[in-house]
Amino acid sequence: MRLTVNGAQHHLVGLDPRTTLLDALREHLHLTGAKKGCDHGQCGACTVLLDGRRVNSCLILAITQQDAEVTTVEGLGRRGEPHPVQQGFLDHDGFQCGYCTPGQICSAIGMLDEAGKGWPSAVTEDDDLLSDREIRERMSGNLCRCGAYPAMVPAIRQAAGR
Amino acid sequence: MKTFEYRTAAGLAAGLEPGAVFLAGGTNLVDLMKLGVATPDVLVDVNRLPLHEVSGLPDGGIRIGSAVRNSDLAADHRVRTAYPVLSQALLAGASGQLRNMATTGGNLLQRTRCRYFMDATMPCNKHRPGSGCPARDGDHRNLAILGGSPACVATHPSDMAVALAAVDAVVQVDGPAGQRSIPVTGLYRLPEDTPERDTVLEHGELITAVDLPALPVAARSTYRKARDRASYAFAAGSVAAALRVADGLVADVRLAFGAVAPKPWRAYVAEEALRGQPATEERFRAAADAELAAARPLRDNAYKIALIRNLTAAVLTALAEDVR
Repeated sequence: MRLTVNGAQHHLVGLDPRTTLLDALREHLHLTGAKKGCDHGQCGACTVLLDGRRVNSCLILAITQQDAEVTTVEGLGRRGEPHPVQQGFLDHDGFQCGYCTPGQICSAIGMLDEAGKGWPSAVTEDDDLLSDREIRERMSGNLCRCGAYPAMVPAIRQAAGR
Repeated sequence: MKTFEYRTAAGLAAGLEPGAVFLAGGTNLVDLMKLGVATPDVLVDVNRLPLHEVSGLPDGGIRIGSAVRNSDLAADHRVRTAYPVLSQALLAGASGQLRNMATTGGNLLQRTRCRYFMDATMPCNKHRPGSGCPARDGDHRNLAILGGSPACVATHPSDMAVALAAVDAVVQVDGPAGQRSIPVTGLYRLPEDTPERDTVLEHGELITAVDLPALPVAARSTYRKARDRASYAFAAGSVAAALRVADGLVADVRLAFGAVAPKPWRAYVAEEALRGQPATEERFRAAADAELAAARPLRDNAYKIALIRNLTAAVLTALAEDVR
């Protein structure tokens, strides 16, 4: 089967159909940025972008995504030139241990795109889709056991240009 | 995970061989396969079928293709203006990542999150018929107060389905025996002594669309969900409501409760008690109590009665005040 990740096409020979996208990335392509936290779609550490949309790669079978473009944290920015969300996390110290960070960053990128399209959230009351309350609600699918949330909010706010 | 054969669906009415199941967004099915609770021999991927559109119906309603993702549906302008309760219910559920994968049909057909059902090593009449139900005397804090049976007190976990039940949505189904339409309120079975079957669908029947009828009262509708944390948790109780008030009286009302029963619980008794009555908080509370008179709570979930009563009163009062 084929898998397109960060712009490069890979051919995975003899891949077991049970292999999740997360395991294909980590164990077969050795892209270990996306993390296996809970492996049940409850923590968000495995978040990647699938055709630009944020998803939990632990709940997706790799074999179903042969026509998709997958972007992982390894595909963001360039050496010495981080993605604005990565820069925001650096500037605001948006992590402690760092385990959830690749998922947080991919999720934030997908989230900013959703807000940019005008998608509402459960707390939307007006046209301000990126207030701190909105950022917290929209990022609620990513857990951080260190509790670095207070630094992630301004990191994401900065990446949003606010 | 047990091994399986994977293929893409050949067509809408192609049906399924024994041991095969449809795969849509996979957010619940793949999880249940990892847990060993779902053990299909064949996965038939329906994601390439042409079921991804939201379109208008001749009567002014809308048709939602069953593969439309929860996030796309919640953001749909027609849904947000004509059926805000549906958009709000979708956004109250899961996370941004899950809503980007989860589909309309798959959301309807997700299984209960009862901890005994989710644990393949535990007895459970739903995942292993006849093995018993530890929930009645065990952890049932979030299980059913309405519609349960001695064999099963599971709750249906969907937020979306509660909104769909409230607005008279109709499920379109295609299968080897032909097409049929089923109201969302009639899609789910109560468990009785066969809790292994969640719905009235036959093996091989595929949900192709969900139709929302033209329903003016739905333009003034809302969804409110109570849960253990601020976001990203299943409901402890929820209410979907639509209300039209004229001259201080209830002219039209739709009401459904979530997280209290094995199906989204359309509150027909409460609706009937309210029609033509003064739109006051006192009446709203009494109507909820009329519906909840049938509740049979277990040791640790009687709190849901007060929760639903208060949610109902708060939501309908807010809708009524909005009108005046």
